[in-house]
Amino acid sequence: MSADPRILILLVAIAIHAGAAQAQSGDAEAGRAVFGECEGCHEIGAGARHGIGPHLNGVFGRPAASHETFAYSPAFLGLRDRGLVWDETSLEQLLEDPEALAPGSPMGFDGLPDIVDRRNLIAFLRGIGDGSRIAGTGGDRDHGVDPAVLAIQGDAEYGAWLSGECVTCHRADGGDAGIPSIVRWPPDRFVIAMHAYRTGRREHPVMQMIARRLGDEEIAALAAYFENSGE
Amino acid sequence: MTINRRTFLGTGAATTAALAAPQVIGQARGRVVVIGGGAGGATAARYIAKDSKGAIDVTLVEPTRTYYTCFFSNLYIGGFKEVADIGHTYGRLASDFGINVVHDWAVGVDRSARTVSLAGGATLSYDRLILSPGIDFVDGSVEGWDITAQNAMPHAYKAGSQSELLRAQVRGMPEGGVYAMIAPPNPFRCPPGPYERICMVAHYLKSANPTAKIIIADPKPKFSKMALFQEGWGDHYDGMIDWIGPEFGGDKVSVDPAAMTVTIDGETTKVDACNVIPAMKAGRIAEIAGVTDGNWAPVSAYDMSSRTDPNVHVLGDASQQGDMPKSGFSANSQAKVCANAVRGALTGSKVFPARYSNTCWSLISAENGVKVGASYEATDEKIKNTGGFISKTGENAELRKATYEESEGWYAGITADMFG
Ligand SMILES: Cc1cc2nc3c(=O)[nH]c(=O)nc-3n(C[C@H](O)[C@H](O)[C@H](O)COP(=O)(O)OP(=O)(O)OC[C@H]3O[C@@H](n4cnc5c(N)ncnc54)[C@H](O)[C@@H]3O)c2cc1C
Ligand code: HEC
Ligand code: HEC
Repeated sequence: MSADPRILILLVAIAIHAGAAQAQSGDAEAGRAVFGECEGCHEIGAGARHGIGPHLNGVFGRPAASHETFAYSPAFLGLRDRGLVWDETSLEQLLEDPEALAPGSPMGFDGLPDIVDRRNLIAFLRGIGDGSRIAGTGGDRDHGVDPAVLAIQGDAEYGAWLSGECVTCHRADGGDAGIPSIVRWPPDRFVIAMHAYRTGRREHPVMQMIARRLGDEEIAALAAYFENSGE
Repeated sequence: MTINRRTFLGTGAATTAALAAPQVIGQARGRVVVIGGGAGGATAARYIAKDSKGAIDVTLVEPTRTYYTCFFSNLYIGGFKEVADIGHTYGRLASDFGINVVHDWAVGVDRSARTVSLAGGATLSYDRLILSPGIDFVDGSVEGWDITAQNAMPHAYKAGSQSELLRAQVRGMPEGGVYAMIAPPNPFRCPPGPYERICMVAHYLKSANPTAKIIIADPKPKFSKMALFQEGWGDHYDGMIDWIGPEFGGDKVSVDPAAMTVTIDGETTKVDACNVIPAMKAGRIAEIAGVTDGNWAPVSAYDMSSRTDPNVHVLGDASQQGDMPKSGFSANSQAKVCANAVRGALTGSKVFPARYSNTCWSLISAENGVKVGASYEATDEKIKNTGGFISKTGENAELRKATYEESEGWYAGITADMFG
């Protein structure tokens, strides 16, 4: 392979340009941390459901108050009737001062005063797309899983064997129609989700049955295997 | 012996005339022949080929080029699916996993020579043989019916043209006509299958032919998910379905396919569509191979190997393994245990302890799904149930819809797991 110096220069130029664009439109990675402010009420990622607020998968670009399965307040339904769509501008308004955008909304949240936080958070929400590619945050709080259990290094080869039971339902390629995707999850979230089924904190007869048969080592092994599977 | 090179790709090892020498690790590639490309056989072939990465020569013998899944074939009868939705081909097993897919019938097994003979005349040698031929019917189990009557009174218990025939019969029923089902005795493939089918037939008739009637003659006093089905029949198809258990003569049945009549406990009824689901036994090739005891092939719970011959494994419906129901999910689960054991025996790869599970969904009406499932472990005696769950009566519509959506997810998952 020969490296053409002109191509190299071009690549550097693109890299610098991309960096500048990112600074302007927010840092999604940093936005993930800001999302901690929202997690108590909103879920995202694979398998996310409505909680106190609607789940926020695919929110970027979607008309306001458009989940038929969530009971919005009149304030938010008003936004929908006005034709408001969640984009850079409207999310910026909502996150800065929810009460100003939707007076009387029950979204019990005072706003994010720091513009950098808001930009980063918006970049994050935009980047998750429909959420199927990232692990679900549902049930994440107060998970009560012992840090020693979270620290277990799973044996991916054992995980590959155990995964045979899972891929009859969870598609190995990460498809998520009807049953959530479990590939490429960060291992700690995977372990927390499995423990939630095992302890019964999370209800689901199939997953409870499956998880209750798995020991800590086995869950860690599955987490290690699925983290890098699916491509 | 002549072999068509195009359908029989790169099987030099399998076609050598020499008798199979015991497999020596590090020498010639081990040879596995799988008979039957259904839920058990396709999964086993795929897992052995995928995980051995070419170290094992896998040949899959299956007569049909398109496999129609029995699972979801009831939904096809109900109008929720089309026939193309339940058809799958073997292309990726050959191209992506290097499996030699041979479209032919296995007609003989010589266990001492370790060879399989095919209807087309070829002979295949094996180190390990995997049989997953599904079911055949017990002759004479329904008086008046034999396999030659399957066009007049379809069983639709092997999917494909039989499912199409039954759907056409249901659609062709005159206004206010009668649909009869002769339900099978235990054990049989897919315990909730006949009753899900009743839901699907009723679902269709309810809008297209609401005065039509459905009768079921059943030799069993109880059936799978009975409370859930009976609730569903009452809620959605009230007055349409008449289930006749053995208490009322449901076990004393004969049929006349030429006259299209069904006689239950001495009373003869003229019917417009008739679905005879006879008693079942292991696919005939299991009997030919000499691994059956009675109607089924007993196996070890640890690796699905035949109790008669450790070099032969029997999967799925044909096997007699203990507590697992005869389902596609079970066959797929058993196939992975078998694949792991076979790979270990032929390549020395690590063999993990067996674990099994099953879940069967049924559709009661549109977006109204229910499920039953369990986990299992291997014991010396059998595959043993270690506990399970079942949907409850009175569940809300949202949960039933989520359950139905899960079944769609599972269908995509298991078919990808079988065919790549
Ligand atoms: C109406 C209905 C609904 C069902 N619904 C469900 C469901 O929702 N969920 C579920 O898990 N299960 C369901 N099942 C059950 C499921 O279809 C079977 O349990 C499953 O297919 C069994 O797998 P198997 O490998 O044993 O046999 P099969 O899948 O039947 O495969 C056997 C294959 O072997 C081939 N074969 C047979 N003899 C030979 C020979 N001599 N040489 C070469 N090839 C041969 C056949 O052509 C066939 O393709 C349903 C069944 C029915 C009938
Ligand atoms: C019978 C089908 C089935 C099998 C087998 C199965 N699952 Fe699940 N799984 C589901 C369903 C359905 C859900 C969604 C449950 C819910 O709504 O909480 C789920 C949810 C999950 C979740 C949480 C997903 C999320 O988005 O929060 C994880 C993690 C998971 N399963 C892991 C596994 C593992 C690991 C295995 C194998 C050891 C497995 N599952 C086997 C059906 C199955
Ligand atoms: C205390 C709970 C709570 C917190 C914290 C919270 N929200 Fe909300 N959010 C809600 C509720 C409730 C609604 C629905 C409001 C209604 O219908 O009036 C909502 C609605 C939304 C919507 C509109 C969704 C739609 O479908 O139209 C967005 C976007 C949103 N929130 C983003 C956020 C973000 C980002 C954060 C974190 C910075 C956050 N929320 C924090 C409760 C909360």
